[in-house]
Parts: sequence; C-alpha cells; structure tokens
Amino acid sequence: MTVKEIFETMEYGPAPESAAEALAWLVDQGDRFGHFIDGSFTAPGDGFESRNPATDEVLATLTQATQADVDSAISAARKAQAKWESLGGAGRARYLYAIARLLQKHSRLFAVLETLDNGKPIRESRDIDIPLAQRHFYYHAGMAQLMESELPDREALGVCGQIIPWNFPLLMLAWKIAPALAMGNTVVLKPAEYTSLTALLFADICRQAGLPKGVVNIVTGDGAVGEMIVASDVDKIAFTGSTSVGRKIQQAVAGSGKALTLELGGKSPYIVFDDADIDSAIEGLVDAIWFNQGQVCCAGSRLLVQEGIAETFHARLKARMDKLRIGSPLDKCIDVGAVVDPVQLDTITRMVESNSAGEIHQAQVEMPAQGCFYPPTLIQGLEPSDPLMQEEIFGPVLVSCTFRTPAEVVELANNTRYGLAATVWTENVNLALDIAPKLVAGVVWVNATNLFDAAAGFGGVRESGFGREGGWEGLSAYTRSKTKLNKLTKVEAFRGDGAPADALDRTAKMYVAGKQARPDSGYSKPVYGKNGALLGHVGLGNRKDVRNAVEAAAGVKAWSKTTGHLRAQILYYIGENLSARADEFAHRIDAMTGKRGGAAEVDASIQRLFTAAAWADKYDGQAHGVPIRGVALAMKEPVGVIGALCADEAPLLGLVSAMAPAISMGNRVVLAASEPFPLAATDFYQILETSDVPAGVVNILTGSHAELAKPLASHMNVDAVWSFSSTNLSTEIEHAAASNIKRSWVNNGMAFDWKTDHTRAFLQASTEVKNIWVPYGE
Amino acid sequence: MDSQTAERTAHLPQVTEPRNPGMPLDLDWVRLAQANTSAIERRAATLPGRRSVKKDHQAAWLLRAISCIDLTTLSGDDTVGRVRRLCAKARQPVRADMLAALDMQGLTTGAVCVYHDMIPTAVDALAGTGIPVAAVSTGFPAGLSPFHLRVAEIEESVRAGAHEIDIVISRRHVLTGNWQALYDEMKAFRTACGDAHVKAILATGELGSLRNVARASLVCMMAGADFIKTSTGKESVNATLPVSLVMIRAIREYHERTGYRVGYKPAGGISKAKDALVYLSLMKDELGDRWLQPDLFRFGASSLLGDIERQLEHYLTGAYSAGYRHAMG
Repeated sequence: MTVKEIFETMEYGPAPESAAEALAWLVDQGDRFGHFIDGSFTAPGDGFESRNPATDEVLATLTQATQADVDSAISAARKAQAKWESLGGAGRARYLYAIARLLQKHSRLFAVLETLDNGKPIRESRDIDIPLAQRHFYYHAGMAQLMESELPDREALGVCGQIIPWNFPLLMLAWKIAPALAMGNTVVLKPAEYTSLTALLFADICRQAGLPKGVVNIVTGDGAVGEMIVASDVDKIAFTGSTSVGRKIQQAVAGSGKALTLELGGKSPYIVFDDADIDSAIEGLVDAIWFNQGQVCCAGSRLLVQEGIAETFHARLKARMDKLRIGSPLDKCIDVGAVVDPVQLDTITRMVESNSAGEIHQAQVEMPAQGCFYPPTLIQGLEPSDPLMQEEIFGPVLVSCTFRTPAEVVELANNTRYGLAATVWTENVNLALDIAPKLVAGVVWVNATNLFDAAAGFGGVRESGFGREGGWEGLSAYTRSKTKLNKLTKVEAFRGDGAPADALDRTAKMYVAGKQARPDSGYSKPVYGKNGALLGHVGLGNRKDVRNAVEAAAGVKAWSKTTGHLRAQILYYIGENLSARADEFAHRIDAMTGKRGGAAEVDASIQRLFTAAAWADKYDGQAHGVPIRGVALAMKEPVGVIGALCADEAPLLGLVSAMAPAISMGNRVVLAASEPFPLAATDFYQILETSDVPAGVVNILTGSHAELAKPLASHMNVDAVWSFSSTNLSTEIEHAAASNIKRSWVNNGMAFDWKTDHTRAFLQASTEVKNIWVPYGE
Repeated sequence: MDSQTAERTAHLPQVTEPRNPGMPLDLDWVRLAQANTSAIERRAATLPGRRSVKKDHQAAWLLRAISCIDLTTLSGDDTVGRVRRLCAKARQPVRADMLAALDMQGLTTGAVCVYHDMIPTAVDALAGTGIPVAAVSTGFPAGLSPFHLRVAEIEESVRAGAHEIDIVISRRHVLTGNWQALYDEMKAFRTACGDAHVKAILATGELGSLRNVARASLVCMMAGADFIKTSTGKESVNATLPVSLVMIRAIREYHERTGYRVGYKPAGGISKAKDALVYLSLMKDELGDRWLQPDLFRFGASSLLGDIERQLEHYLTGAYSAGYRHAMG
C-alpha cells in the first residue's frame, strides 16, 4: 500500500520488535542448553525442543534433567547455603541489587526472549513482566538489608525447591528466587518446559553478578523433574501451577517437614455494580481476561454484572472485544498474542466446545493464519451450575452472569472452590469497602484489576493455595523461627482398675455447638490417674462427632465479623473465670498427669488467654506502599474453621495455647482434647459456658487422636488443621489436608515447650493476609 | 447542504454527516455519567505502549494528522500579516517537494482558527482553498462577558465569514451543577451559529473532575454541539489523554443512543508528532475510523505541524531534519 492509500484506510500496519538480539544470544549459546548447577552450565544432554508458539519455530534444545542432575543441583545448593546465609543480610542485599541492575540493563533482551518463548505480546513482557521482575529483586534487596534488624527471630529455611509455571516465566522466577535469596536460602528452580529460556538467561545474569556458585541452580525438564525435586532433600517446596498438581505435591511432602507454599488456580470474580464507570470496567476486563491470553491464575474470568446494566454492559463489551488486535506477539501494536502451546490451545478449544449453555461471542477480528491463537471469547448468560462458571479455562474466555443485590453477588462470587483474586467496580466507596472484605480471595482490586507489586503479597485461599509472595507477609514463606524443638515421645494414658471416689457417674461429655454432647459412638473410655484411681470417663469421639462439631463451627460465621474489642472482652472473661477455679484445675491436672505442675500450667493458661485478648484488637494489617496513587491494604483475616489436635502433655495449656489466639483472631475451632489427659479440656467447657463464648466458636472433642485426625483433616469445610498430638499423625493429616488444599501446621513429632509463649506463631497461623488494592483520585 | 459548504470542504472525502440537532436535556442520563479517574489514567498511560505506527503507516498517519489540524493563532499581538502567514501555511502545510514525493499534493490543514477581528483577513487569504475559518467566540477565553454580547459576538463572526465557531461554556454552571443553565446557554449559542458549526470548549482544566467533564460533554451534545473541545489553550492544563478519553467516551455513548456523531477537538499542549499518533489511535480504538476524518476530529495546535514536517522529512530522507528547512507558519 502506498502512503496515499494508507492515508485513506488509516490501518495500523506492522510494527515488529526485532528478534535479532535474542536470536543471536541463542546462537551464542549453541542453541542448546544444559542445566545451571553450581555456578556453571552442564553439557547439554538428551532433551526436548523449545518452540515459539506463534510460529512453531524451534528456538533451542533443552535438557531433560535426570535424577543425577537434580541430586547434583540439590547438593550444590546445600553446600552453598550456610556460607550464603552467614554472608548476612547486607552482604546478600548487594548481590540482589546487582541482579536487579543487570535485569534492568538487559531488559529488552529478556522481554524479547520471553515473548519468543511464551507468545505473550511484547508490550506485556516489556512493560509488565520484566519491570515487575526487576522490582522484585530491588524490593527484596531491601528485605535482605533489613532482615537482621526487623526479623531477629527468623532464619533461613535452607535449600528451597521451586517449580514455576509457563505463564509468567521470568516474573514467577523472580517471585520465587528474590525472597528466598534475601532470607539466606539457596534454590533449585525448575522452569516450565515450555518456557525455560529466560530462566537460563537469568542464570547467565547470576554469573555476571558474581553470585556465589550453588546459590541459584536451574534444572530444566517436565513434570517428572518437578517430582524429583519434590522428593529430594530440600527444606521447602514452592510451587505455582495448577490445583491438581499442587494437590499431588501437598500429598507428596506430607509429614516430611518440608515447608510448602502453593499458588494455584482460580476462577476469580469480576464484579460490576450499576453505579460503576462502565467503560472503565470494560477496559479493565481487557486487562483481566485478555491479558496474557487469559493464561493468568488470577484472571478476572467470571464476570458478575448487576442486572440493571447487564444489557448495555454486554453490548459495549462485545464492541470493545471487536477492537482487540490479535497477532504476532512481537508486534508492538497487538493486544492478544499466542497461546503458549498447541496442547493448551486444544484444552481451551475443547472446554469451550463442550459448553452448550449461554450465548457465545467471539471477537470479530482478523485471526493469524497460523500459530497457536484463540479468539477473545465471551460466554454470557451462564449459571453457577454450568461447568464453565466453575472450572478454570486458562485461556481468553470470559463467562458471565448477572446479580441483583450486593448480598447476592457476594454469594455468587464465593460460590467456588477457588479463592485467589477478585475485582469490584463501583463508584460508591461504602459499597466497595463493604464488599472487599467479604470476598473469599487473597487479593481484591477495587476499580482496577491485575495490579501487582513486590510490596503487596499475592496468594490465595481455599484451593487457590496458601502462602504469600511479596510484601512483609511473603517473608514467612522463606524463614522459620530460630526456636529449636526437641523430639516428642508418645504420652501414654495411665492404666488402672480403681473404682470412682464416689458413686456418681463422672462421664464428661463433649462440647459441640455450645452444648454438652454425647459421643455418636455411644462408647466411653475411663481416665485413670497415675496411681490407677479412676478419675472419670470421656466419650470416644468419631467422624460423626467431627462432622457435628465442624458444622457448628462453620455455622457461627458471625464470630469472624465481631470486633477485636468484643473478642478481647470474652477472652479476658474466660481467663477471669479460669482464675476463679484455678485450684480445681490445678488439682485435676496433677491428678491426671501425676505431676505437680498443675498450678503453673493453669497460671500460664490464664496468661495465654490474657495475651490473646491483648492481641485481639492489635494484630494490625498494613498499608503497603505500592507504586500507584492509592494503597494496598493488607488486612489480616481469620482463616475460618481451624481443627486442632491439642498437645497431650499439657492438657490445659496446650489447648488454651491453640484456642486463645485462634479465636482472638475470629476463627472458630474444633479441638481434640489431650488424648491421655482429657478431663481438663472437658472441665474447661464449663468455663466457656459461663464466659459468653457464642455457641459453636469453640468445640471440644475427646477420644483417640488417630481416630479424629483423618475426618478433621479431610473435612472440606475445615480451613486449617493443626496437630500437636504426641501420636505422630503428621503424614496422615497433611495427606488428608490436600483434599481441599487445607493449610496444615503439624509438629512432625517434635515437642513444643508450652511454657514458652508461642502466641506470635499462633496468630500468624490463625490469619490470612488479604491485600485490597484501592487506587484513588478524582 | 448548500453549495458554499460543498465548495469550502471540497478537499474533504466526506461531508455527508448529518449535524447533531441536539435533544431535550436528559438529567437522568447526565447524573448517571461516571468517570473513574484512576482507571481512566491507567488506560491513558498504557495506550501509547499498546499502539505503534511505523514507517509508511506512520507517514500516512502524520499526513492525516495535518489534515485534522486547526492551525491556530490566538494572541493579543496578532496582526493581518501574522494571520496571512498562518493561512499560507494552512494552504501549503508541508514543503511542495515533500508532498510530491508522498503523492499528497493538495493537502491542507483542517481549518485556521483565529479571533473575531482576524476573520476577514483569514477568509480572504483562504479564498478558493476550501479551508474553513474558525473563530473563537463568546468572550473567549473566560466567557464572562454579558450573555447578550456573547451571543452577538457569534452572530458577528458568522456574518464576517467564519464557518466554525469555537464557543466557551460558563464553567460556573458546571462547577455548581447547574446543568439546565449550561444546556440553555449552549442551545442559545448553537442557534446563534446558524449554519456555522459550533465547537463547545469545555475548558476541562477548570472543571474540577473528570466526572464533571463527562457530564458537561453530554449536556453540550444534548444542546446541539457539533464538536466538543477540551480547552482554550489558555488554561494551565489543556488537552490530556485522560480528559480526551472521557470526552470521546461521552461522544460514543451519545452516538449509541441518538445515532448522531459529534466531533472531538483536543486543544493545547499537543506539540509532538508522536502525541498526534497517540491521539489518532485513541480515536480509532475508542470511536472508530469514521472519527479520523477532519469533519469529526481536529487538533487545536500551533507548533504540532512543525514537528510533523520534520518527521516526514526524516521518513523521506532517513536523516533527522531541522526546523529551518520548513516554512514558518
């Protein structure tokens, strides 16, 4: 076309970014890559091809790691770790800073390589992925600098195995490596097999930064390599990817003592109220579901529009879709690039074809003749019962339905197994700030979407995983307490055949929904003192008792919405009432344990109650300094329903140490009493009954921990499970917890010193951080 | 369409658009209009990174931009000589040899924009070119002279030969939410314009919020504006991308509801060729290709043309250009 003709048509024309530098870099590396282990690249071995999904061209040949490769990477990381940690925060900060600078220096090379490998538009890799990756290293250079002064009680975990997905290859690498290194860990990272190239370029950057060898190791390969890393001798696994793989990993590491964080799938709601700026909300959808071809775990893929504006909203949305430009990812003038691989394209195609509900609109745009492209798609008029309203598509496909009221949209939004992110559009600040806390999600964006920054934690709840990446809250995923634990031996119940001291039956019941409850089994067991005297009977709880207790706990949602002040008052009241009966409890503890520590234990229990009460209105969130005109509010929210097997050796203090912080943060708990010494717990519910604790907030079961563990850990309506039992059930519990990607905290057979106050750790385990992004400006 | 109109816009590819007749003031619609500033700013900030026009296409787009320029002089020291020079530039905006190389002979700017007293000079200087003369009016730039004089000024300017009248609205009506008063004022101005097209200058830098910009845009269109325009060029903040986004979204909605296309004129602060490309892509993406024609899109600019000329010479020669190689306007 001549200039004169273009003057008439006013078409955009091609605006290609050159791939020459990136391709030259690949050639310089021989187009073949080994692994990066102990500071150098291994010789390329048998492997697989890495292709450009937009053109199907082979970019390079990568090596499939063998067990020996993984072992040598882990051992390099292990060897390097102590020295890296002892370098100190300031020393590590210099390297992180150097990496950040080098990422910045080579930013265009990274961006082009990312786009070639992944198929995402060059605009996104250039303006979003790579700058955010740099920012993550700068931010965590600062965290390394501050570690000793701000986290004096924390230390590195050791060697971290990290497995990342293909949708944001370098950015996910940065999210994993930067905090790990900052806190003194060394890493073995496996990029996704579709998109390993920027990780290998990053390895080159590590060399240029002079990073000590072994601190960062990168092995390539498919899921089999991931499995090897999970099974290897690492201290932590961090995984980002699908919920199904996450579940397998959770099961695989169960009981191993390896720390675990999972960032999994989502079906994030995108809520538009009738007073929203409709055009801006529609533009937001472009960034929500057509960003990175919809291959975004937190994509706003489930549109919920208020009924009154639904018709005009959808009409305008379709018009906007038809303006999207799809094509060569290297073109600086396109909006939607290539899907990562033919396999993914096939999945998206099949999912959409399997749906017959609703009304489908595919963008009326010119599609490239070849390559992995899928048109932006809207399926409107779906119901929550339609599979595509529930299942993650991981492609440029938006589904929608309507709602009537704020209350209804909260229900619709939360009607999902996932809980990663949510978006709310309204011009009414009251409405926005009312809805955001009610949405079950780790991140909520108000009048915006897909905003990310290193200063604000990212991560999910429910089956979207656990753990946060970014912010102060992200550091706990790469550190542990310096407290050293001792081995815990099984605490056995005393045997005896004594008769009761008096003729009255002393069968303690369980405590469920604020009432004393007989065991479903209809069986009880005797509790003897050290000298064989019969102290009483307790019910043998079973799975039905667990069910009833969880139902009671799940029902009293209102507790989570009470004020910290009120919860503090109730906790003080419990402490006061316990204090009034201190002697009786001390006597009971001594009688059961055959020791003389009862009085001290009661006293410590009262202290725990008062400490938890004190924290109830002080465990504040943060306002993160994110680089927008606005704020990211890191709100600490209760986890929900927590099931805990309480310590056997400290019958009252173990129970109170877990219960008090949990309920002070607004959780509801199902507690299995000390198995050998249960009577302090059953006495304790009399205290609860007189202390204004709402029914269902605390439920106490008795019986065998081994019997109760599985129904509790596998219960889908329990959000976290803890075990401090002296019966080593850690493996079983963590395996069962994978049913709904439940957070677990188990002792792995190690003993807590209950005389020490662990309230901080309990508060952290009792809360989830939700980041609510609120941009502002009129 | 009268023959005079046909003659003066002969170089334009289309003159078939029916004028916006306006409609009764719909306060429900006005009050429902929303504009979320931070979201609009994000869209505006990322647009230049989302759209890129290169090589032949860039040259063609820049030529299109020239055809949409209201070449403007609005200074207290304007003289007959100054206005004649500007009009000469409007007739021959790019060096003849360059236009020949581009096969774009006959290209002119969209209009020339002057104060009332300069209308006869401009009309005379542009006679036979088809380039319309636009006049700023109604007590420009503050719009605070007596109402009957503002109306009379329009009538005088039309009589003097202006084909387009750029009026300024009373910002106080927007700031106090007196939409009825704004509507009535605009309607009176439109009536006074007769066949001349009326551009409503909102002075967006003085309206306080983007929401007010959205509402004022709707009210002016309801009262019959042919164009809505950002600024006088005399406010401290003139045309910006966020403001433009709000105004063109209002235009889009007005078109959706009424079927009438209203034009858009960003004015002030657009001085670089690259900015012009961003504005054109904004119009193309948000409103569509139809709004890339000078009957629906104008740049109010004085120094923009110079930068475009340099870019075009760079396109033709491969070497960066110098200002003195292009004729003054």
